[in-house]
Amino acid sequence: MADHDDEAPATGSAVEKSEPQKISAGTAVIPTDPFENPGEPPHRLRITDKDPAEEKKAARQVSTLFFLSIIFSCLAVAAYIAFPIKEGDTGSIRLNNLFLGLGIALGLLSIGIGAVHWSKTLMPAQEITEMRHLTKGSDATRAKAAEVFELGNKESGFGRRSLIRNSLIGAMVAFVLPGVVIFRDLGPKVDPNVVLRHTLWKKGMHLTIDPTGTRIKASDVTLGSAFHVIPESLLKSDDLLEEKAKAAVLLMRLNPDDLHEPKGRENWQYNGIVAYSKICTHVGCPVALYEQQTHHLLCPCHQSTFDVTENCKVIFGPASRPLPQLPITVDADGYLVAQSDFHEPVGPSFWERDR
Amino acid sequence: MISHKTASSSGRSAKKSKRSGRRSPLATVSLIVVGLLTTGGAYALFTSTATADTNTASSTSQSQVNEGKKLFAANCATCHGMAASGSSAGPSLIGVGSAAVDFQVGTGRMPLAADGPQAEQKPVQFTNSQTQAMAAYIASLGTGPSEPASKYLKADGNAAKGAELFRINCAMCHNVAGAGGALTEGKFAPSLKGVSSKHIYEAMLTGPQNMPVFNDLNIKPQEKADIITYLKYLEKNPSPGGFQLGDLGPVSEGLFIWIFGLGAIVAVTVWLTARSN
Repeated sequence: MADHDDEAPATGSAVEKSEPQKISAGTAVIPTDPFENPGEPPHRLRITDKDPAEEKKAARQVSTLFFLSIIFSCLAVAAYIAFPIKEGDTGSIRLNNLFLGLGIALGLLSIGIGAVHWSKTLMPAQEITEMRHLTKGSDATRAKAAEVFELGNKESGFGRRSLIRNSLIGAMVAFVLPGVVIFRDLGPKVDPNVVLRHTLWKKGMHLTIDPTGTRIKASDVTLGSAFHVIPESLLKSDDLLEEKAKAAVLLMRLNPDDLHEPKGRENWQYNGIVAYSKICTHVGCPVALYEQQTHHLLCPCHQSTFDVTENCKVIFGPASRPLPQLPITVDADGYLVAQSDFHEPVGPSFWERDR
Repeated sequence: MISHKTASSSGRSAKKSKRSGRRSPLATVSLIVVGLLTTGGAYALFTSTATADTNTASSTSQSQVNEGKKLFAANCATCHGMAASGSSAGPSLIGVGSAAVDFQVGTGRMPLAADGPQAEQKPVQFTNSQTQAMAAYIASLGTGPSEPASKYLKADGNAAKGAELFRINCAMCHNVAGAGGALTEGKFAPSLKGVSSKHIYEAMLTGPQNMPVFNDLNIKPQEKADIITYLKYLEKNPSPGGFQLGDLGPVSEGLFIWIFGLGAIVAVTVWLTARSN
């Protein structure tokens, strides 16, 4: 770069000196006939340049497109009046939106097509070459800038008065600290282990039908049935949606012989009635696509499949853990109740889960 | 010539009588069979007339059950067994009720055309009265869910309540607009568009194939009527959002915008940069 300084090239005429390369050829094949710049293709006249009748035709086309645009805009206004939105009639909203939107869209599109057609057929079409500019300023400008900077340093004493300079740097650093500290608000407000590990389920909580909150008699759950279940206290809960997102349960009745319960969990079911968390252990979608003959539970989001007979273990898809089981039993009147809360956090993994 | 002929025929008959004189060993067996059939038939005739006399008010007559039994033996017994108690090829039908028969046969799912992931809908093979006869026969084998009362099928319930119940209980498989969806290993939840109210009700009641059962204690009859109302409302009212693209959500909508939206942008870009002739 330094050896170019003395040339002081004018803007737009930068030329790099081309010297033959002195690199060892090695095994590379150096072509003897380097590619030559073919230059610009010959200028080709458009049909509108040659034929005045075609030019007139193109001009008519452009103005027709602009007139069309006026018509479409008027049609949009007319459609807005002709198809009013009637209260309680969704079909009228559809008609109103459709014709209003079509009118406006075609109106704007006609302007755009007309403008492009105009420029392509009627405006001058000479090919021109614009050379690149040097990004570097002229030496005079650069010297002037350095001079101003030096003067500023001298007059303010920024380089000389180190106490002022250093305290200013310190102040600037401290100033952004509050902004960094408030990032803490992005983190969980309370310990996730407290919030995510516990749901509304507890010993003796009745299982009820979503959304009515009707208690479920064990005898009502016939073979092959699937009940969508919420805890009885959910409907009285203050943050209904948050609690439901954790406590939603799917209740199914299988033939007790089909169930393969692991040791210690044999009495978590009641006569083949099992209750599993509906929240997928992958990313928390509701898993409720129950196939009553294959006993597979499918998650609609990423196709994780759980086998209800094998304690909801994952048999396909990205989920890594089985769905948590809710231990259930019946009360004195034969209604289904929970034995306890879930024994593990429901839903997807979180950092603090194994702590 | 005539005398010659008679002589030869008389000779043959003489041979025959000589054989029957010894009496075939099968004669006893055939006699017993004939005797049993006559007495059994007469007994069946007497008892059927007796029950028909006592059950005149009931909608399913004994003749209907008999008709259904014949149809069952001819069309269903290969898989479900002669006594409808099931075989390795098909489940037992004792206790499934008339609603299950009306759904499976009435939508053309049964008789099954071929073994596959699930029984698919085909053109219906039986007339309504034949279906009713088979339903009556199966219902006579054991109590099960029967066909719904017509007051629940009028689609005049609460569509908003039905929509909530549909979202909770049905939408995960059948799609929130009832357009259907995929399940595991080639199975699928069918679209509910154009399905009759009665068949929707019966499907909930009986849980055909891999669909879970939603009995009347889970979703009450009036709630089922609300769900039907919601589905019929969807069929009758146009989508305010414009083209539904099969109601399949992001899959069909994404495909549409990638092909037509992006295609239009590419076409406009080519036109903008092309030289005019």
